[in-house]
Amino acid sequence: MEPYILIALFILIIPIFSFLLLGLLGSKMSHKTAGLIGTTGLFIVALLSYITAFHYFFSFGKVGETYEKFSASFQWLHLTDHLHIDLGVLLDPISSMMLVVISTVSLMVHIYSLGYMHGEKGFQRYYAFLSLFSFSMLGLVLAPNIFQMYIFWELVGVSSYLLIGFYYTKPSAVAASKKAFIVTRFADLGFLVGILILSYFTKTFDFNELTNVHGSIFHSHITTTFMGFSVFSWATLLIFMGGAGKSAMLPLHIWLPDAMEGPTPVSALIHAATMVVAGVYLVARLFPFYYFMTPHVLTVIAYIGAATSLFAAVVACTQTDIKRVLAFSTISQIAYMMVALGVSRYGADGEAGLGFMASMFHLFTHAFFKALLFLGAGAVIHAVHSNDMSDMGGLRKYLPITHITFLIACLSIAGIPPFSGFFSKDEILVAAFHKDIVLFACQYLVAGLTAFYMFRLYYNIFWGKENHYHHTPEEAGLNMTGPLMFLALLTVVTGFIPFARFVTSDGLKMETEMVWIVAIPSVLVGVLGIVIATIMYKKPTTISDKVATSMGGLYKAASHKFYFDELYMFVTKKIIFGLISGSIAWFDRHVVDGFMNFQAYWSNGLSSKIKGLQSGRLQQYAWVFAASVFVIAALVIF
Amino acid sequence: MSIPMEFYLVVSTIMFFTGVYGFITRHNMLAILMSLELILNAVNVNFVVFNRFLFPGQMEGMFFSIFSIGVAAAETAVAIAIIINVFRNMKKIDTSEVKNMKY
Repeated sequence: MEPYILIALFILIIPIFSFLLLGLLGSKMSHKTAGLIGTTGLFIVALLSYITAFHYFFSFGKVGETYEKFSASFQWLHLTDHLHIDLGVLLDPISSMMLVVISTVSLMVHIYSLGYMHGEKGFQRYYAFLSLFSFSMLGLVLAPNIFQMYIFWELVGVSSYLLIGFYYTKPSAVAASKKAFIVTRFADLGFLVGILILSYFTKTFDFNELTNVHGSIFHSHITTTFMGFSVFSWATLLIFMGGAGKSAMLPLHIWLPDAMEGPTPVSALIHAATMVVAGVYLVARLFPFYYFMTPHVLTVIAYIGAATSLFAAVVACTQTDIKRVLAFSTISQIAYMMVALGVSRYGADGEAGLGFMASMFHLFTHAFFKALLFLGAGAVIHAVHSNDMSDMGGLRKYLPITHITFLIACLSIAGIPPFSGFFSKDEILVAAFHKDIVLFACQYLVAGLTAFYMFRLYYNIFWGKENHYHHTPEEAGLNMTGPLMFLALLTVVTGFIPFARFVTSDGLKMETEMVWIVAIPSVLVGVLGIVIATIMYKKPTTISDKVATSMGGLYKAASHKFYFDELYMFVTKKIIFGLISGSIAWFDRHVVDGFMNFQAYWSNGLSSKIKGLQSGRLQQYAWVFAASVFVIAALVIF
Repeated sequence: MSIPMEFYLVVSTIMFFTGVYGFITRHNMLAILMSLELILNAVNVNFVVFNRFLFPGQMEGMFFSIFSIGVAAAETAVAIAIIINVFRNMKKIDTSEVKNMKY
């Protein structure tokens, strides 16, 4: 096990080294060299990740029947005897699984970008940022304590900011990057406060201790409450707030659709496959703590997830920018994972821990098919130079590879067997079915909507009315279609991985079986969604317009994303900036500054008077001297 | 009938205050120097007068004033030298205009 800790360290060192190399010397390199350095680095990282994960799952990870946690760290910052911040790596089922996901998607994006970003200004900078992101994300999943996770959490935030704002001459990209950074930073404030509360009462940052169900923390009785809730509820709720910010849960989702201003491969890597699932990963990391100490928070998570997934699915049906459709689809699917965690129970006994496993499974499969969807959308955008659906149509003849791979990903996300999405989504629905029928109904509806909006997207791009293109769109080179085909292959095969044998909440093996009563209707609803989309969009018809008009207000609200952005603008601009900040600024400028200015004015005047005494003119001194002598003499005499 | 002591003292007082007035108000360096001489000579007169009228058998006052005249002569020589140098460098000896040496 010892060499694997070392390998895990190398997994972190290679991308940061490549970031420094490209960041410092990038401007002296040719585009080709820079791309090659970044891609080679990631290729080695991917190989090391596969080796680590393979050996974790098949040799050293299993102690007896359970997958254990292995960690090694050194003390970095000593606060008290209990609280010290360590840096190190942790290997357990979910971190090993995430290593595979991140390095695979990142490698695919690196290769794909060689074609997609070809000839762009700032190509080296782009690869430097990709390396930085890969480093931060790998560090996040390998973190053995919550504070290190927080450090890397911020690092992924900043690399996301840098990559969204990659086209920094475009005002909308700059605005989007700032929005993403500020919204997630606001959520991270909650995360930090949550960490501090949690570690103050448990006296540790370490995940091993925080999630050890036999440890002292789970038997302690902390009765301190704040505003009617226990401090642990506050802590876990605030930590979830951080996760909700990164994973774009309602109502902190507003940054993700705008984040699509970045280059498309970046959207595939950061805003679809890896960074946005950090929130799910965080809750999964602390899952035993959530489940045993604050089960009601887990219920809150489930309901927020359900609301988000429904909301995002409805909005996705009305968007016309293809990347935004995918963005809302991402929000919806991540919310699915949250729901699965929320309805899960601890342990691997029967159906109990199904949710946890299903959530991780969906994270795994979703990463591949959503990255594939984004990269496919990137190939389409590359071919027609537009993001808008109305500029596309009939592309299946021109982009055959993109068409087929995109179709596979769409079928997968719609939950059609035998593609991977079917298996993971089915497990989530089963988990919800056993726990809460309301959540199940909601997720069931979302499954249908997902199939509908994905096929609406698919038909609008590849079928429908053929657009008049200025020049014939053609398939990109192998460095772009290669990743598409590889990810399509993964999308087909990953569903057959017996995930329950590897990743469960307590490390024990779990048996799953098809629950036909859930599986068949979920396939049916997916097919129904596809059929409706086929009727409405395969051939240019007016049905979709008629449906939109008959929906009236709902359609309008959904196409405006239910006015969340307007609401935020109202709250921030009018209430916070206008009313509160405005009056505070007035007070500051006039009262606080006024007092200081008055003092300065007064001492300035006084000193200019006193200054006159030090004129250096001897005669004036003599005059003062003589006059004073007269005055003193007069005083003495009279 | 000799002149009473008060007459001498009045003269020396007038000389002294004339000197003080001149020292404060004149802008010409030479005039300031002359005012200074007036102040010194007023003091010399006082020395001699007090010696002559109050301690006729002794000579300390006389000696003191001779000593003082000697010192004043040396002081005047130095001052004149400074003034000449100032004039050579700046072509003026007006105190209100000669400010460069302040800085």
